[in-house]
Order: sequence, then structure tokens, then C-alpha cells
Amino acid sequence: MTTGAVEKPAPAIADVVGLAGLPTSRLRPRALVLAACFTVACALVGLAVGPTPVPIGGIVESILGHLPLLGVHSHLSATQTAILWQIRAPEVVLGLLVGGMLALAGSAYQGVFRNPLADPYLLGVSAGAGLGATIVIVYGSVGAGSDPYVLPAVAFAGALIAVALTYLIARGGRGFGTASLLLAGVAIDALLGAIQSYVQQQAPGTINQAYYWLLGSLAGADWHDVWLIVPYCAIGTAVVLIHRRTLDVLSLGDLEAASLGVDVGRVRLTVIAGASLVAAAVVSVSGLIGFVGLIIPHAVRMAAGSSYRIVSPLSMFVGAGFLVLCDVIAGRVLAPQELPIGVVTAVIGAPFFIVILRTRRAGGAS
Amino acid sequence: MDSSIRTASRGRLAAVGGVALVLALVAGACGSSPSSTSTPTTTAPAATAPSTTAAPSTQQTTTTTTAKSAYPMTVKSTAGTAVIKARPTRIVSLSATATEDLFAIGAGSQVKAVDSYSDYPANAPRTRIDALDPNLEAVVNYKPDLVIVSDGPARFNAQLAKLHIPVVNEPAVANLTQAYGQLEQLGKLTGHLASADKVVADMKEKVHRLVGEVKKQNPPLTYYYELSTAPYYTVTSDTFVGSVFSLLGLHDIADQAGVHAAGGYPQISSESIVAARPDLIFLADTGNQGGQTPATVKKRPGWSQVPAVKTGDILALNPDIASRWSPRIVILMQDVVREVQKAER
Repeated sequence: MTTGAVEKPAPAIADVVGLAGLPTSRLRPRALVLAACFTVACALVGLAVGPTPVPIGGIVESILGHLPLLGVHSHLSATQTAILWQIRAPEVVLGLLVGGMLALAGSAYQGVFRNPLADPYLLGVSAGAGLGATIVIVYGSVGAGSDPYVLPAVAFAGALIAVALTYLIARGGRGFGTASLLLAGVAIDALLGAIQSYVQQQAPGTINQAYYWLLGSLAGADWHDVWLIVPYCAIGTAVVLIHRRTLDVLSLGDLEAASLGVDVGRVRLTVIAGASLVAAAVVSVSGLIGFVGLIIPHAVRMAAGSSYRIVSPLSMFVGAGFLVLCDVIAGRVLAPQELPIGVVTAVIGAPFFIVILRTRRAGGAS
Repeated sequence: MDSSIRTASRGRLAAVGGVALVLALVAGACGSSPSSTSTPTTTAPAATAPSTTAAPSTQQTTTTTTAKSAYPMTVKSTAGTAVIKARPTRIVSLSATATEDLFAIGAGSQVKAVDSYSDYPANAPRTRIDALDPNLEAVVNYKPDLVIVSDGPARFNAQLAKLHIPVVNEPAVANLTQAYGQLEQLGKLTGHLASADKVVADMKEKVHRLVGEVKKQNPPLTYYYELSTAPYYTVTSDTFVGSVFSLLGLHDIADQAGVHAAGGYPQISSESIVAARPDLIFLADTGNQGGQTPATVKKRPGWSQVPAVKTGDILALNPDIASRWSPRIVILMQDVVREVQKAER
């Protein structure tokens, strides 16, 4: 495990020279099928497990009953049907979307920055969304009941503005590159975080609400949340997946990529825009769910290979299933209470993250 | 490259630290909020049926046991031992309930300042002092001869004691008997015991009448009481407001196994609420305290199957009354009884 981690993770940058070093492996169908099966299994677990018992046979019947021409009728009670289709199903679908998108965005960020510690929140998505959400929670609490889509909209806008600011600041400086982007991200993160604390201070009574939003949650999701983010997820996913081969070339370094005919600046901007779009969209409905975007791409890399033709699509499937599983755990540990899902992903993710950190340092990579 | 990695990892550490800070803040806020779970040291059972005799204050012991207030008076509470030399005329109340109590028993003219949450009655001398984190100098500025707190920060109470300012704690209560006890104790402290007795007797009579107005149902009607959404927080019947609903013969859906551990204010999942099928829903997160209305409840995914939603038995409560234990609780009970009678039909 340890030695494997040293040799395998991330596009091996330091030991790559020229074309010969490009990760050449393709995505094998078997891996894709396995990942898809994992996702479907997790989704079924998500539908079946909850505080109230709903028989698995009834769930299958109910799913088949939604398909035309089969004539299957479920034997679930009205309450069970409502729980299954209006409470659990949107939560599972949203979990799939959020987990998949965070992992995909994480793989894209890691590719663009050639940095194993990059995650979807690197350029200010989390700080911008957090500030937007806090502003709505603090100043808009009276209308909170009237329009539940104000908060996602403002959080989404905040996230995109933060990323745009980060990009503009980095581009304005000398020696524009991934390092200046990262540093600009750190600065924006700190600045917006401070403003958020100030806003929060204006209404200590809302600190509970803001706290739960910041830790992230899929609970209480409805189908509107899902439809709200699907378009952005589709666009961002297409952008990242189209560039998966280019990300491999970028892993050689800016100069080498440029010599191979890649417009490094344009590709970087496009992929960052696509990944930030999906990250901003999912964060706006789920809150700040950490670690998924960081650890899933690494897990995939260790298991299946380091080419972005493998890492990006597989991360999407594995991240989707993983987050649904985390949501099940979040709902079960203290049932009928619900843990913030960010707590679960962090408890699983943090030790994994530490292992990566230590093996990377021990390996002396990058 | 190396520097950027370190920067990223530092950002991660800062994020983790931030979460820890938020946790600490929330823990602090919970610990000192009026809905704190610390129950006063009492063996009094939850009031099952209101009696017409005046219940003695079981919460805190006063050395003066005569009906009339005799100064100097020594009062022990969880805030320490307070010695009140003479009838207090410069009271600072840092408890919204105590403020309502003081004005209800006719001691309002002796109150010089109240905290920012004490919004009732309207003529209470409201200040910007935050009861959850009171500024010592701001309180001392009023030269108080008595400070009433409700589970405020222990450090603040100790500082007051050091300055020889008597401070008495009137913590969150678990039932009406304890609420009556606080009214009587405040009456004794301020020299309005007779008037406090009258307020308590009046409350008891009204409560008795209201309890008589609800028919005992078999099985009893069930209710879900909402403190907040995202996530949903509710109360068990161990809380003051829960004990009031118990008096009216209602069963709390949160009283299931496992949630008592949460100190009376458990979090509950949407699915659990829907599965419990409550007959009544009471909203304490209305207005500027959450903006929920019966209409927003009806729109929640999956809730259309809940009996209370089907029949429209959703009652928006005044969140201020619902979170206090003042004489106004009778008004809330009247609304609840009306809703119960509607649900019975």
C-alpha cells in the first residue's frame, strides 16, 4: 500500500521526460462497469436504509412500477411511498450528483494545478458560497420561508464571483502561473472568510443555521434542488471530460505542453471554469461538503491508473457512490438525528488525506 | 511547486481550525441559551394536574420563609449566594422571562434595565445588553441592587458577586410548577409576594379550565413541535413547553427511544417526522425566527401524507411566548386548545 502509493499517485511529474512519460493507459471497460455497479449499489443502499423500515422488495416493486408497460404495483403504504420518492430518492440523486461533481472537479483541479492537494474549493468556491449563504441567512432570514431558492442562487453567485476574482488577481500579477493562482485563491479565501465572520457577528442568533450550512447536508433535498443544478453539472462535466487527454499533456509541465501544441493558458482557464461551475452549483444546494473532491481522485488513481482519461470519469462514478454512502452513515449513526454529512466525509477523508500527505513527502515527489 | 503545496495544506488546516472554532462557538451559544438543558435541582414532578393551592418554590431556597418580604434577604441560586439588603429598586433583568414575570407581578417600576431579548412588555427599559454574553461594565453602569440572570455565563455571575452586586439565577424550567415557583420567588425578592401569589393563582385557574376543555382521546392525539428547519429540531415532553402539551393530553412524536439523550431538544430527520404521522404540528420557528408558516410546511417533500398536513392542523405559535415560561404561556395554551378542539372533530 505504502510503496504502491509512492509509485502510483498523481501523474508522475518529476520522473517524466517528454512524450515517453505520458500516462498512456486507456480506460478499460471493465473498470468503468465496476465503478458504475458501485454507484448503483450505493444508490440502492441509499434508498433502502433510513430511520423507518421500507422493505427492499417493495422498493424494487415501486421502482419497476414507475417504468411504463410493466404493470408492476408496489405494496408500500402511502407514507412509505412518500418517504421513498419524495424524501429518500431526491436525497440519493442529489448525493450522486454532488459527490460525482465534487470528485470530477477535484480531479480537474489536481490536473490543472499538477498538485495532489488541490480540491474543488481551492480558488474560493467555498469562501464565496459560504459568504453568499451567510448573507442570506443573516439578512434574509425573514423571507427564508418564502423563497427557498434565494440561498442557493446567492451562494452560487458568490462562488463564481470568488473564482473570477481569484483568476483576475492572479492574472494581474507578474509570472502568471499555477502558483500565483493558488496564492490568489488563498488570499480570496481568507478575505471572504473574514467578511463572512463579520456578517455572522451581526446576528449571533443565526449561527446555528450558518454552522449547519457550512458543514454541508443533503437532508431535506427535493427534486427542485436536483433540477436546479443539472444544467450546470452537464456543462461542467462535458468541459472537463473533453479535456481529459489535455490534462495528461499538462501533467508534463507548461513548457512541455506548449511545445506539444497545447494553448496552456486557454486550456487552464477553460478547465478551471468548467470545474468551478460544477463545484459552485453543487455547493449552492448542498453546502460545503469537504474531502470528497480531494480523496476520490487519489483513490481512483491508486486503484486504476494515473491518466486523466481514467481518473476523471471514474472519479465521477466513485465520488457519486461514496457520498451517498456517507449520507447513509450520517443518517444512521445518531438516528433519528442526522449528522452533518461533512462530518462523515471528513472523518473518513482526513486520515486518508494524511496518508497521501505523508507518502507524497516520503516519496519526495514534486 | 513545493511552496504551493504547503500553502494549500495550510489552507486546509485553517479550514479545519475554522470548523473547530464554529463548533466551540455553537457549543458556547447552546450552553448559555435560555433553552439550555440544565435543569434546576428539584424533585418536583411534572405538573400532572394543576392544584389550586399555591405550590412552594422548590427551585431555590430562601432563608426567609415568611409570607412578607423581610430584608436583608439571603438567596441561594446556581449563580451563588446573594444578599439583598433592602427592597430592590434598581433591578437589571437579563432574562426575557424574568422581565415578563417582574412586570406581571407589579415590580416593573423597580426595573431599571432589561436585556436586548426582553421585548415584552413594550414599556420594559430595553437595552442593547446581550444576555448570552453580557458586558459587565454596561450592567454595572445601571448601579443595580439586583441582577436577574437565566443561566448566563458563570464568569459574569462571579464578577458581579465580586463587586457585591446580588445576582439571582432563574434558569429554564421543566414544568409549570417551577414557573410558578419563579414568579413567587421574584415576588418575594421584590416585595410583591401577594401580587405574585395572585398571578400564580390566576394562571392555575386558567390552566385548570383549559385542561378541562380538551377531551381525552384514545389513542391520544400526537404532535410534532418545530424549533427549526435545516436541520429539524424539536422538543421532547421533558421540556417546559413539552410538559404543557402533556397537560393537554397530547403525545410528543419525539418521545421515542433514543432521543431523550439529547437533553429535551433533539434533532430529528424529515423522514422520521413523516413516518411518525403526527396529528398536529406546532411551529415555533415562525416570523423572524425562521419564517415558517403552515403553507411552507405543506410544500415540504413527502409531508403531504402527514395527517396534520392533510387536515390542516398546523398552528403557528408566537416563538417568543413558546420559548419563555412567563404568565403569557396561558395565551399559547388557549391557541393550542382551540387547535386541538379543531383536530378532534
